Amino acid sequence: MSIEPTSPNSGVSELQSAALPESWSPPPLIKNPLLRWGLLLGLVLYLYLSVGSLEVNWNRIYEGLDRGAKFVYGFMNPNFAERWTDISEGMIESLVMTVTSTAIGIAISIPIGFGAASNLAPLPVYLFCRGIIALSRSFQEIIVAILFVAIFGFGPLAGVLTLSFATIGFLSKLLAEDIESIDKSQAEAVKATGSPWWQWINFGIQPQIMPRLIGLSLYRLDINFRESAVVGLVGAGGIGATLNTAFDRYEYDTAAAILILIIGIVMLSEYISGYIRAGVQ
Amino acid sequence: MAEALSSTPKVWQHRNRNQQLLSWFLWLVGTAIFMYCWQIVSASTTWFFVWDAPRIAADIGSRMMPPRWSYINELWEPLWDTLNIATIGTMMAIVMAVPVAFLAARNTTPSTKFVRPIALLIIVSSRSINSLIWSLLLVSIIGPGVVAGIVAISLRSIGFVAKLLYEAIEEIDKNQVEAISATGANGLQILAYGIFPQILPAFAGISVFRWDINIRESTVLGLVGAGGIGLQLNASLNVLAWPQVTLILILILLAVIFSELISAKIRHAII
Repeated sequence: MSIEPTSPNSGVSELQSAALPESWSPPPLIKNPLLRWGLLLGLVLYLYLSVGSLEVNWNRIYEGLDRGAKFVYGFMNPNFAERWTDISEGMIESLVMTVTSTAIGIAISIPIGFGAASNLAPLPVYLFCRGIIALSRSFQEIIVAILFVAIFGFGPLAGVLTLSFATIGFLSKLLAEDIESIDKSQAEAVKATGSPWWQWINFGIQPQIMPRLIGLSLYRLDINFRESAVVGLVGAGGIGATLNTAFDRYEYDTAAAILILIIGIVMLSEYISGYIRAGVQ
Repeated sequence: MAEALSSTPKVWQHRNRNQQLLSWFLWLVGTAIFMYCWQIVSASTTWFFVWDAPRIAADIGSRMMPPRWSYINELWEPLWDTLNIATIGTMMAIVMAVPVAFLAARNTTPSTKFVRPIALLIIVSSRSINSLIWSLLLVSIIGPGVVAGIVAISLRSIGFVAKLLYEAIEEIDKNQVEAISATGANGLQILAYGIFPQILPAFAGISVFRWDINIRESTVLGLVGAGGIGLQLNASLNVLAWPQVTLILILILLAVIFSELISAKIRHAII
């Protein structure tokens, strides 16, 4: 027996009276046909308008193919040697910024995360902490970096503050969600022993969220390293400035060397953090 | 035995002595690394500017207010460009990411030894490089403009979409695939009727989620010349036109909230 695609719940008598359908097609993702076709039509219309408004300079792209080939060639033969002092200084600065900003970010995120958990904090504290999280999450790192460079001057400190600020939004939010979903009975059992607030947090809640906190921190370390390569574009320190210079001078072999180093470090840290996370959980 | 009983009863502790020593040691190492790093940051900081920061911040703050509302008429077109960069970029990324995801998933890849590592390498390379750096590269290759932004967004998104998608493919229900193949379906038909319907909700969710992120990222690509509202932001910053900067930041904030609302609504409808 086959089922009609459009109305799977139709009565049996109807099925019996009608001839069995010849072919079958899977049920669509969007059930309402009006909405489905409307969305498709809207998409086609949008594509027509947007592609029409694109200004493509084919000449420039054609000229660029040459440079593209050069970049691919540079990727095959990365040049670490020529600007090695610049690269190593930038890389070390990026790594230093990553470590510092992650540490500062975690230290600030933990109290904010506790404050933003609705099962722990009183309403005014909750709203205040959620406000900080929303503020930190709504702006791109690079925009924050521009403002911080304007305020604190050029250099890695602006980058560290930017990344710390971004870490708060990420870590506090996920930490708060984890605290909100803890097992209440464990916390209650600790409270039943007559422990003061501090011990209640330390023995009733902290052990439950520790694996997740460590996992998230390692993940954020990873993200902060990737972002530290970007904030340098606006003068907030790190490898970004070196990379920008390399592209401006069309030194694709040096740029490729920097990108390969970034990819390598990200892969390495992903491997290590996977190892640590497996050990913690 | 008697000795142990006569002495004061042992107080319960979370960790035994070795664990405690290890924990203290790790804290020591961590603090030392942090202090060392902080010293490097501090050495390359001009502290005079930092002490001056509150005054500067107040100064910039006062210059930013009120926003220059009349400037908004010059921003509609860049905003449209930003939307296009994010949307077309996401579509291109999806088209490229689907085959990569199928090649990377353990249960659909043609060869675990040769093809899968290549697909994983594509995913990692795409993911580890920020879209701003991709734009930097593309602006230098194909010239400034919206096209560079679209390609940058799509290259950055391949890794994200492909990674989440291949994880979804690896988690599918094998029985359904088996049932389809038992009917005598060929490889393509198994893909279309056995695997694809299972990952369709995840696929739609991932695409919308990435589109939301891409709206966020495409607002700043203009800083390196890849089109969109970031171009105006850069121009305003260069001439220190702070009231215009405020207006652009407000628009970016609205765009981000708008895209997040839409994506949350669609994902809610799907799941």
